[in-house]
Amino acid sequence: MSRLWGAITGRTTPKQANLDSLFLVPSASVTLQTAAGFTATGTGSVCFRAPDGAAYQQIQDEVVSMLREDADKPDVSVHHDDLGFTWLVVDRVDDDVEGLCTDLHAINSGLEEQGFGTGLLCSLVPFRDGSGRNVALVYLYKQGTFYAFAPTGPNVRDNLLEMQVRDALKDELPMEQDLQRWLALWGAPGL
Amino acid sequence: MARTRFGSDVGLTARMTSVMFLLGAVFVALVVVLMFVLPAGWTPIIGVIGLGIAWGQWYFSDTVAMKAMRAREVTPQQAPELHQMVDRLCALADMPKPRVGVADLKVPNAFATGRSPERSVVCVTTGILGLLTADEMEAVLAHELSHVAHRDVTVMTIASTAGILAGMLSRGAQWGAFFGGGRRDNNNNTGGLPIWLVVLVVSLVVYAVSFFLTRLLSRYRELCADRSGAYLTMKPRALASALQKISGGMNAIPTADLRASSAMNAFFIAPAIKGVSLSQLTSTHPSLEQRLQQLAAIEAELSRPVDGTAS
Repeated sequence: MSRLWGAITGRTTPKQANLDSLFLVPSASVTLQTAAGFTATGTGSVCFRAPDGAAYQQIQDEVVSMLREDADKPDVSVHHDDLGFTWLVVDRVDDDVEGLCTDLHAINSGLEEQGFGTGLLCSLVPFRDGSGRNVALVYLYKQGTFYAFAPTGPNVRDNLLEMQVRDALKDELPMEQDLQRWLALWGAPGL
Repeated sequence: MARTRFGSDVGLTARMTSVMFLLGAVFVALVVVLMFVLPAGWTPIIGVIGLGIAWGQWYFSDTVAMKAMRAREVTPQQAPELHQMVDRLCALADMPKPRVGVADLKVPNAFATGRSPERSVVCVTTGILGLLTADEMEAVLAHELSHVAHRDVTVMTIASTAGILAGMLSRGAQWGAFFGGGRRDNNNNTGGLPIWLVVLVVSLVVYAVSFFLTRLLSRYRELCADRSGAYLTMKPRALASALQKISGGMNAIPTADLRASSAMNAFFIAPAIKGVSLSQLTSTHPSLEQRLQQLAAIEAELSRPVDGTAS
């Protein structure tokens, strides 16, 4: 019904981000360690579309300073990628996935409070195994699902590893079933 | 069915529009003449055929449009940047990814078509790829994806079917009034011809009215797509500059000449400037101003200062 109404009025209400599933990541990271030998690198990032203007800048400054005030003093940095998206990267030295997810959630809710929740694209938590293979757990806000992204070189990704991660975590996380949605994030900070 | 894209060349739009009007009028005239020639019982069959043609235009809109524009579908390997942009916009908007096409044309243009968001195609010309920056290109893609999300092809097809349907209905009314459900063989020259003329005139008038309404609707839906696209990318400024570039595309060469000649010879400034401002007047679609105004309002909304509730 809402789809019909959207078609008639030519208006689609922007999809709001779903933040809840982020807190499932800490337990999934334990599973990933026992099942596949991947450990969290301690970094995590939030990718979103930041609007131009002073209003957004003010929010970003507030969020960053709030994160830095935390007792564990995580390292927070801001990146801009080639596709015009902004990445807020949180780096915790102590591989504390739970603290990391709290930080990511704080970024999200800070943006959401000021009406920029529709701009959230994904969150990324990178993992690494003993042989140096990288895989990132990506959370898509609009779908509320996770998938794995394992780049092995410029524009090359390890699809088998990604599927392996999907199968390992399918009981714990809502994994994205549609492979079309497994967005490539080349050059994502922290990977 | 074709939509006017952005504030394009007015002359071209006018020519294209008159051709589309003629095509539509011919279509209606054909349907009416068929109904007039064939026995009464066939009218519903003609109606079904008329609607069937509209349905076919809608159902095969993606392949037909791609063929008409001589566009080819490109894979992520062939056009990685374009695909990445579409990928991210679709993830942001939570919509299925359409196919991506490129047409080898110098005219800066982009279009989206297809019967449903699941089966649609977004196509850009090589001209627009060369003209716009990455930001502007993304804004244009977001505008096109908004057309897909709004199901504009379906809406516009239904809207344009109204003319045909009106013709059919007026035909049915004529039958009811003049023959009272009687047999068709009293249909001689004295009684029959004026009725048919009336039917023809009525359905053409109905078609003309529905045509202008359809154009109005189309303009309105362009504004809707602008709005949704700007909110999706959160960069109304990029769409505004893309629109200005595309609508000014026809003026690009005269402007370059003006600069060159003004630097070399002061005598040419006055007439040259006059010429440019004239061509700007004629090429600036009235809706471009409206579109820019709308984008300015969105920009103001997005940069509205933070209210005090944030801690």
